[in-house]
Amino acid sequence: MAHEQDGPAGPVNGRRSFLMSAVKSLGMAGIGGVLWGGHIASSKASPPVLRPPAALPEDRFLAKCVKCGLCVEACPYEALVLAVPGDQRPIGTPYFLPREKPCRMCREVPCLAACPTGALDPLLVQEPDADNVGQFEINRARMGLAVIDRETCIAYWGIQCDACYRACPLLDKAITIDYARNDRTGKHAVMAPLVHSDACTGCGLCEHACVTKKASIFVLPREIAMGSSDVRYIKGWDTRDEQRMKDIPTDTTTRTKRSEKAPLDYLNEQDLKNSE
Amino acid sequence: MSSVLAKNRFLILRRLTQSLILFFFFAGGAYGWSLLRGNLSASKLLNTIPLADPFALLQVLATGNIVRTEALVGAAIVALFFALVAGRAFCGWVCPVNAVTDAAAWLRGKLKVGLSEKDIRLSRNTRYWVLGLSVVLSVITGVAAFEWISPISMLLRGILFGMGAGWTVIVALFVFDAVIVKNGFCGHVCPLGGFYSLLGRYRLIKVRHDKDACTLCMRCIESCPEKQVLDLVGKRSGVVASGECSNCGQCIEACEDHAMEFSIRAVVKGR
Repeated sequence: MAHEQDGPAGPVNGRRSFLMSAVKSLGMAGIGGVLWGGHIASSKASPPVLRPPAALPEDRFLAKCVKCGLCVEACPYEALVLAVPGDQRPIGTPYFLPREKPCRMCREVPCLAACPTGALDPLLVQEPDADNVGQFEINRARMGLAVIDRETCIAYWGIQCDACYRACPLLDKAITIDYARNDRTGKHAVMAPLVHSDACTGCGLCEHACVTKKASIFVLPREIAMGSSDVRYIKGWDTRDEQRMKDIPTDTTTRTKRSEKAPLDYLNEQDLKNSE
Repeated sequence: MSSVLAKNRFLILRRLTQSLILFFFFAGGAYGWSLLRGNLSASKLLNTIPLADPFALLQVLATGNIVRTEALVGAAIVALFFALVAGRAFCGWVCPVNAVTDAAAWLRGKLKVGLSEKDIRLSRNTRYWVLGLSVVLSVITGVAAFEWISPISMLLRGILFGMGAGWTVIVALFVFDAVIVKNGFCGHVCPLGGFYSLLGRYRLIKVRHDKDACTLCMRCIESCPEKQVLDLVGKRSGVVASGECSNCGQCIEACEDHAMEFSIRAVVKGR
C-alpha cells in the first residue's frame, strides 16, 4: 500500500492499485463464495431426517430455523436433539431418532410453543375451524410415515406379534391389523399390521416398540416414503379423491408426429391401403 | 495480589459475564432454570423477554422468509442494546469464542511462534466481505449462510447440547489464531464482529484517551486486539470512535498512566 509515494505518477498508480486490490478482493470473495455455497448445497442434501412436530417442509424449515435449541430444551422426553458436526445432518438443527427416543405426542406440543421463529408452524397442527387459537391438535402432525418391511416383520411370517399396533397412539387408525388365512399351515391366521398414511403422524412409537433386531417398521420423511399419483388418475368411487379433478390442467397439448393433425384428418386424408 | 486483580479487572469481569451467560443457558437446559433459555441465536429471558441474534435474523430474512414477531422483537432488543449502549461489546463480553482466541493470542505472545505480518497479511476488512457474502449466499442458497457454518454457535451449542466433531473446528480456529494470523478470526474474519462493528459506531460507552497523561509507552496498542482503533493515542485526547473497538478494556488495564478509561460518551459529558 505504498502507492501514495510513487512520485508524480502517484494518483494514476493509486487508482490502478485501488482497482487491482478491488479485483483481488472480488476474486477472493468469489472463490470463497463458491466453496462456501458448495458446502451449504452439499450438506443440505443430508440423509432422511425427522423434524419435530409441526415443522415446515424441509427447505423452508432449514431457512427459518436459527438453531437455538429452545424446542430441544422444551421436550420433556428428551427425544429431540440438535445435530452435531459428524451427524451428517445440517448442523444445529433439531431432529429425533424414533428407534432411540420417539416423539411422545404431547398434547400441549411444548416444542412448538417454544419456537421463536416459526420454523415450527402452529398452523400445521391447528384445527382449521378452531375457535381457540393456540390450542393444538397433535394428531394433525405429519413428522413422517411409518413403513413396514414385510420380509422381516415376523407378523407377516405368521408369528403372532402386535407390538407396533399396541404402541401406536392412534391405534386402529394409523395401524390396523389385517387378518388373512395362513396358507402355509392351512389352519392359522396371519395378523399383519398395516399403516394408514391419512392417520399416521410419524411419531415413531411403533419403530421404538418393534421387536426385530433392526426395526421392521420405521418412520421415513413423507416425501421419501410416499409416491404421488398423477391428477389424471382419479378414484371415481371416492368423492374425496374426485376433488382432485379440479386440479387437472386443461391446456395440455400432446404433440407427436401423428397428433400434428386431428385424428379425423389423419384417417381420412391418408391412403390407408398404400401407407406403411 | 490486589494489584494483579486490578491489573486484570476487566478480563476477570469479561470472563465472569461470558461464563455466567453460558452457565445460565446451561442451567436452563439442565436444571430447568427459567432465567435464560436457548442459546445466543435465540433465547428467552425469564420466560417472557425474547432475545435473538440480529445478524442471524438478517440472514433468515435474506432467504425470503418471514419469521414470527417474537424473534423480530428479540433481535430488535439485542440490536438496540449494542447499537446504542455497548457497541461491539458482544465480542469481548459475551461471545464464547473470545476466550478461545484470547487464549491463542496469549500463547502466541508466550511462544513467539506465529507467522508475522510479513509472512501473511490478511486485511481487517475481510470481515465486511464475509458479512456481505453471508447475506448474498443466504439469498442464493435459501438458508442463513453464516449460521450454517458459524463456529460461534457451534462452540456454544457444543457446550450446551453436545460437541460431536465440532471440537476439530475450534482447534482449527485456535491454531489459525495462534500460528497463522494474530487475532485472525475475531479481528479479521468473523462477520458477526463486522456486523457489531457497523452497528456499534454510535454507542454510548466508549474508551476515552487523555493525551496529556499519556507517556507514549504504547502498552495499550500492544494489548489491543484491534490496534487500528487506537489511532488517537499520543496524538489527541478524545474517545475511540471506531465501531471495531470491542470495549474489552485491555488498553485500560495495560495503561499505567491513567490515560485510558471508559466513559459514557463524550456527548453526554459535553466533549
